[in-house]
Formats: sequence, C-alpha cells, structure tokens
Amino acid sequence: MQLTRAAVVALALLPLPAAAAVLPEDRADLLYHYYDGGGVTIDGPSVLVRKKFAEKYGVSANYYVDMVSSASIDVITTASPYTETRTQYGVGFEYLRNKVTYSAAFSNSSENDYEADTATLAISQDMFGDLTSVSLFFTRGWDDVTRRGDATFADEIDRRIYGVDISQVATKNMVLGLSYETITEEGFLNNPYRQVRYLDPDAARGFSFEPERYPRTRTGNALSLRARYFLPYRAAIQGDYRFYTDTWDILAHTAEVSYTHPLDEEWTFDVRYRYYTQDAAEFYSDLFPRSDFQNFLARDKELSTMTSHTLGFGVAYEFKSPRITFLKRSSLNLRYDRMRFEYDDFRDATATGFAPGTEPFYSFDADVIRFFFSGWF
Amino acid sequence: MKAARIAALLLFAAAACGCSRVEPWVKPYERENIADPIMAWDRDPVSSSYMRHVYEAREGARGALGASGGGCGCN
Amino acid sequence: MKKTSAFPVAALLAALAAFAWPAAATDGAVPAPAFTLASRAGGEVSLADLKGQVVMINFWASWCGPCRKEFPALDQIYAKYKPMGFTLVAINVESEKADAEKFLATTPASFPILFDPDNRVSGSYGVSAMPTTVLVDRQGRVRWQHRAYKPGDEAKYIEQIRAALREPA
Repeated sequence: MQLTRAAVVALALLPLPAAAAVLPEDRADLLYHYYDGGGVTIDGPSVLVRKKFAEKYGVSANYYVDMVSSASIDVITTASPYTETRTQYGVGFEYLRNKVTYSAAFSNSSENDYEADTATLAISQDMFGDLTSVSLFFTRGWDDVTRRGDATFADEIDRRIYGVDISQVATKNMVLGLSYETITEEGFLNNPYRQVRYLDPDAARGFSFEPERYPRTRTGNALSLRARYFLPYRAAIQGDYRFYTDTWDILAHTAEVSYTHPLDEEWTFDVRYRYYTQDAAEFYSDLFPRSDFQNFLARDKELSTMTSHTLGFGVAYEFKSPRITFLKRSSLNLRYDRMRFEYDDFRDATATGFAPGTEPFYSFDADVIRFFFSGWF
Repeated sequence: MKAARIAALLLFAAAACGCSRVEPWVKPYERENIADPIMAWDRDPVSSSYMRHVYEAREGARGALGASGGGCGCN
Repeated sequence: MKKTSAFPVAALLAALAAFAWPAAATDGAVPAPAFTLASRAGGEVSLADLKGQVVMINFWASWCGPCRKEFPALDQIYAKYKPMGFTLVAINVESEKADAEKFLATTPASFPILFDPDNRVSGSYGVSAMPTTVLVDRQGRVRWQHRAYKPGDEAKYIEQIRAALREPA
C-alpha cells in the first residue's frame, strides 16, 4: 500500500547522464534486492539495460518489483499484516551533441492502491576545459491515490522537482560535487490508512485513533556537497553532506563517508557509514491531547524526530567470461547494509502495561542486501 | 531581487568575456586518476538508486543525491 | 519586485551557449615542436628523423575511451598510407607504462608507440583534449589539429593526410 508515494520522489531508476562529453557505457544489470527490518520484508528484482548508438544516442530501460510482506509497527498498531506487489517500469533517452547531453526519462509505478507516472527532462554540459560538468533537470510527477476496500476514495498528487548538479575536477586526484533540488508536491500527501493517536479516557487503553490530516502542499529544498579523493596506492575515499528543509518544518542533516579499495584487477571492496538526523514536522505528535486537536495531524514516524545509522559493505568481483563472448567484462557484486532507526518522539503503541504517552520510544534494525550481476557489452 | 539581477548580470559578463577559454588547471593528459573507474561517483546505478528508494521511503528528507561529471574529460 | 524578467534566464542560456566547444581547431603553419621519446619497439624516435614524411601524431591514454576506440581506425590509416610517405606516431601520456601495455596486449597496433610520461611533449603541443591528433607536413610544420574523437572522424584525418601527401617535401 502506498509504497509508490515514497518511491517516486526518488525519480526514475534511471540516473542522470554522467559525464556530458561521453555517453555512459553499454551495460546490463540484474539485481536482487532484499530488505528486512521493523516487521517488513521486501524483496524483488531490478533490471537495467542501457545501449548507445553512434556515440550520439542512448537508450535505457528498467524493470523493478517490490514484493512486500508488511507487519510494520504502523500496520500492527491499527491494522493487520498484508502482502503486496509494486511494479515499476522506466525508459530513458539521451542525445549527445558537442558537449551537451539532452535526456528524457519516463517511469510508471503501479500497485493496487497507487499509480504514479513520472517524466524527467535534463540537460548536461561540460565546460571550463571539461573540468566542470553542470546538469539541470526538471521532473514532473502525477500520482493517483486510492484506498483498498473503499471504492469512493480517489485523489491525486502533482509533483514538480527542479534540480541542478555541478561536478568539478579540483585537482589531479580530487573531484567535488554540489547538488541542489527543490521539490513541490500538491494533493493528497498522507496515507489513507494511517491514523493518529489521541488521549481518550473512555478508551480501554487510554487512547484512541483517528485518521491523519496533512496539508495539501509541501515544498522541500535540499543542498548537498560531496568530495571524492584518489589515494596514491589506488583507492578512493568520499565524504557527503546534505542539508534538507521543507515547509512542514522538517530539518534534516545527512552525512556519509565511504571508502573504496580495489585489490588487484578483480576484487573491489567498499565500506561506508551514513548518519541521518531530522527534526519532526510541525504538525507531528505521537499522542495528541484530544480528538481533532489541530488543523493538521500526523503520527507518521517518517515525520518524527529521528536518527538513522547505516553501516555498509560491498564486494565486487570483475571477470571476463570466456563463454559469454559478447560481454566485454562482467562483475558479480554483493552489498550488505545494516541500518538502525531510532525515534525520539515516536512511541511503540503496541507495548502494554504503560500509561499512554510513556511507552518506550520505538527503534528497529534492518538488513538490506543487494546481489547483482553487471555486464558491459 | 536586485541582488539576483546583479548576479545574473555578472554571470552573463563572465560568459561574454570568453571564460570558456579558461585554461584548465588539470590538463586532459593529467586526468588518469580522475578517469579511474573507482573515482566514478556512481559505479552501480541500479544498486544506488535502490538504496535511495530505501531511504526516501523511511526518512523525511529527499533529493540532492544525484551526481554528474568527473570522468575522463575525453571528447 | 513583482515584475519577472526574462533577462536572468536569457543570461544563463547565453552563458551556457558560450561554452560550446568546437571539435576541431584552426590550423597554423608553425614548426612542430621537436621531441625525442622512447619507443615501445626499443630505442628512441625523434621528430627530426621523420622530416620529409607526412607525420600524424596522436596523443592517447588507455584510460580514455575514445582513444581506445580510435586505435583500429588509426591502424587502417597507417597501413594504407605508409607506402606513400606517411607515418603515424601514437604518444602515450600516462605516467606509467603498465596500463598502456595491458591495452596494447588486447588491441595490437602496427604503428609506433612512444611514451611521454612526464607530459613535456603534451605540454609543448598544447594538448587540450583527449585524444588529440596533429598533422605535421613534410617540412615539419603543424598544419592541422583535431581534438577528441567520434566514430567517423577518421574520414577527416584521411582528407588532411591526402592533401599533405600531395605537397612536395
């Protein structure tokens, strides 16, 4: 349910054109993804194929599926576990002329109560002796929201994203990056199944639930900086920072460090640590004092005051298969991330034996695995 | 808004004065390390776009994660 | 201010347009900078030794995709025009030979490969893109330069080589 809303802001699975002076290499990727955490298990495939023609035109296509089995804290607090499938298709086109790459991408995501279409246009150019690469992009999204078991409910979201990416070669060994993005959404921005909690002396447990109520607009701005440095013994280290703020009063900081270490010609190892922290949305509360307390009500833990930590490892084995001759090279990759989410003002309402508003704060760990094969042709 | 106008004017002036002919301080033949595949911002786009989806579904912040450029500076 | 103006947008677009990069530079009849570099076949090669022939100098690196793509085309050009008083030298600009050797093991080239590890020759020729191809006439003057490579550019190379071959030494 409603998985798509969270997913579509991540644009299509087709990334923006990289270096504007050369189209990306032809490749095919077959990935299996697996997520298990907080009572939710999601897995499925992701396939990407990309091909260019005459070094001028590029086409890419992807197929992605989430198979969900959810008994998350939200679900078990007010509903019952469910399973579901979300399917996403995307296509992209690129055209390179002189040093400018023009690209367009379209994607559709579909599940039984959510349908989303996204279109992205981007232009990317190298300048200043190819040391600088600038991309501008615009994404438009159209979502249709429905509710299972309620044929009368239907609503929409209109989404617009504007962004700029700048990549700068700073020295012979270092590249810098800067990104800015502004996201505006209008429409039904909450979840038709989720409820907020309020103190209710008449209720058995001292609290009751009512549907959440969100504003119909949200504008967010994100700014990120990153630097990647080449170490003399052939390895790379990278640092990222992102600042995010929006009209719901969410303020978030993201910081990440990662290290890539190749070993001879075949093995590459990655390790990374990511830290994320955010302040709650202005209309968020784990427990409202009474029913219909204010104009807007939210108890989505995604909008709460929270912190997340991620520790990730990756290993890649590159080889040239003698049997599959049309692949110039191939790689087998395994990436594992361990995440921890900690909430400072979202409580576990399923915990018994506590007075309302004194339940322990919720937290959970998650395992995320990606196992994939990449082939270049 | 006056500041924005001045900034736009400066940008235009900088462009008009021929800044496209700024001498690159890293010559194209010195870009060996930058062109190394391990220096790419995103070596596995399918994996990183999946992770982006994992985070955006569980956190309030979104966006500004894309990257472009670097690379070999060829062509 | 309430009035929106198209000026900043126009300025930004003009700035982007100003940064368009031409693929080929204009030629000039300056003497080609001299060099003496180690050759992969052993020994050294000097530009002075090649005077009297039409020389095409190609600056390349194994990490540069278009350079690698260009090699088969260069091989064909070398084989075809060598009997007519033409030679091609490919100057590798990498600081170490290992990666170039690995590439050449899978993509053999019949033309001479020279090494310019400290980039002095690249600097003297003002190499500003990878790859760069320079045409030197029989009298040792730079007549034409081509920056970058796209499939199909070899036709331009051939045009310039034939014109230079028609000239007297």
